[in-house]
Amino acid sequence: MARNGPVALRCKECGSTYDLDARYVCEQCFGPLEVQYDFSGLKPGELRRKIQAGPNGLWRYSDFLPFAGRPSDSLQPGLTPLIKADRLAAQLGIGEVWVKNDAANPTHSFKDRVVAVALAKAVELGFDTIACASTGNLANAVAAHAAAAGLDSYVFVPSDLEEQKLLATAVYGTNLVGVEGNYDDVNRLCTELAEERGWAFVNVNLRPYYAEGSKTLAYETVEQLGWRLPDRIVCPIASGSLFTKIGRGFNEWREIGLVEGELPAFHGAQAEGCGPVATAFADGHDVCRPVKPDTIAKSLAIGNPADGPYALDLARETGGSIESVTDDEIRGGIRLLAETTGIFTETAGGVTTAVLAKLAADGEIGEDDRVVVYITGEGLKTLDAVREGFHMHRIDPTLASFNETVEAGKAVPA
Amino acid sequence: MTVTVKIPAQLRLATEGEGEIEVEGETVGEALDAVFAKHEGLKERITEDGTLRRFVNVYVAGEDIRFSEGLETALADGVEVTILPAVAGGH
Repeated sequence: MARNGPVALRCKECGSTYDLDARYVCEQCFGPLEVQYDFSGLKPGELRRKIQAGPNGLWRYSDFLPFAGRPSDSLQPGLTPLIKADRLAAQLGIGEVWVKNDAANPTHSFKDRVVAVALAKAVELGFDTIACASTGNLANAVAAHAAAAGLDSYVFVPSDLEEQKLLATAVYGTNLVGVEGNYDDVNRLCTELAEERGWAFVNVNLRPYYAEGSKTLAYETVEQLGWRLPDRIVCPIASGSLFTKIGRGFNEWREIGLVEGELPAFHGAQAEGCGPVATAFADGHDVCRPVKPDTIAKSLAIGNPADGPYALDLARETGGSIESVTDDEIRGGIRLLAETTGIFTETAGGVTTAVLAKLAADGEIGEDDRVVVYITGEGLKTLDAVREGFHMHRIDPTLASFNETVEAGKAVPA
Repeated sequence: MTVTVKIPAQLRLATEGEGEIEVEGETVGEALDAVFAKHEGLKERITEDGTLRRFVNVYVAGEDIRFSEGLETALADGVEVTILPAVAGGH
């Protein structure tokens, strides 16, 4: 009988294979490594029942994750709500909009998925310290999951990060390191540190495993849509890893026969102040020229996107696109989502929602489409983005004051 | 100009284990050619048709050479040229 499960690390560029240990770069051509699986013994009917009877979180998909068995995990990320957003769909003139609210994870972003997978692998490989380069959400997740598992952790972030994200990292008792520089500087430092220290950097030397966690967003989408694929998806792009892994997740299930139909059209969302992948898409290039980020969407502020080439391929192959929006459009996107769905997202979700609105306005998405929108983080983490433009009525605790102020429509700034 | 080219661990099979190589060169391209002359196997690993492969990042004193003149970027004496893989990232 075939040995099911992960079998090797394989170079995405030249196909060289390696053992399943803490490595991430091909020694032959310097290309990125990805986990290769053998799914040949899996039967769709049996698998569907097994998944449905599994844990209420991402470990229900452990047959598609890089482990021999099912790892233990106390924080239980995944299986976040997929909400049918009829009021948003009606406002934009789209057939069906489904919002995958991944802010409903333990540390309020999709990063709990990738960290759960990376940490389980780090433990399996015998590491006692985990670390990361982060724009904030990953920092929260690494610090929390390390605390839950009793591991030491080091978290490297740009020192100018939103205060909410710094505090929501430090509270878990991690070693928080603010680096004078942007994310790409932090990333370069961590790539060098990963060589010097015997630590598991979740998004450097454990990246092939870490990235696999994002596939669970695709699996959940299919399961929650009743084992169907959407027509289109809209997803934020920073490095391009989440975007491409959602594609890989859909494809794995199509190949096994867990779901039928075409791969959805993939629409990527970037901020204009950091849109190297959107620029390359518009210019017809297949590689990205790096940029210096200048946007309120700090969680997407990666100027040198490692998976940019693969994100471009995926958008083009599926008839999708990669768009960018301005900071004002991002703020508008946050409000649009909040006012029509009751979901308060951070700036990255504002980018995604604003791109959805733009695609609808341009007629790219319309009445015949079922669209899934990936909301990857929580609004309370980027409060500064919405500080302007809201008003609160201030009154004395009397009926008269209420009638004079609120009823008369006299608003004063909060 | 004499510069130090830093070789990442993943490429040291091609440099007999050397992690730092001192070479002469006026530009990044010249410095890399000087490294390739010492370690032939390195050239095919990080270049293709005379340009850097798409997952290779090169920094001069910490700055990505794509923000400067690419392989034509001029070098100052004593500067560090760092080769790193482009495979870390977030969203």
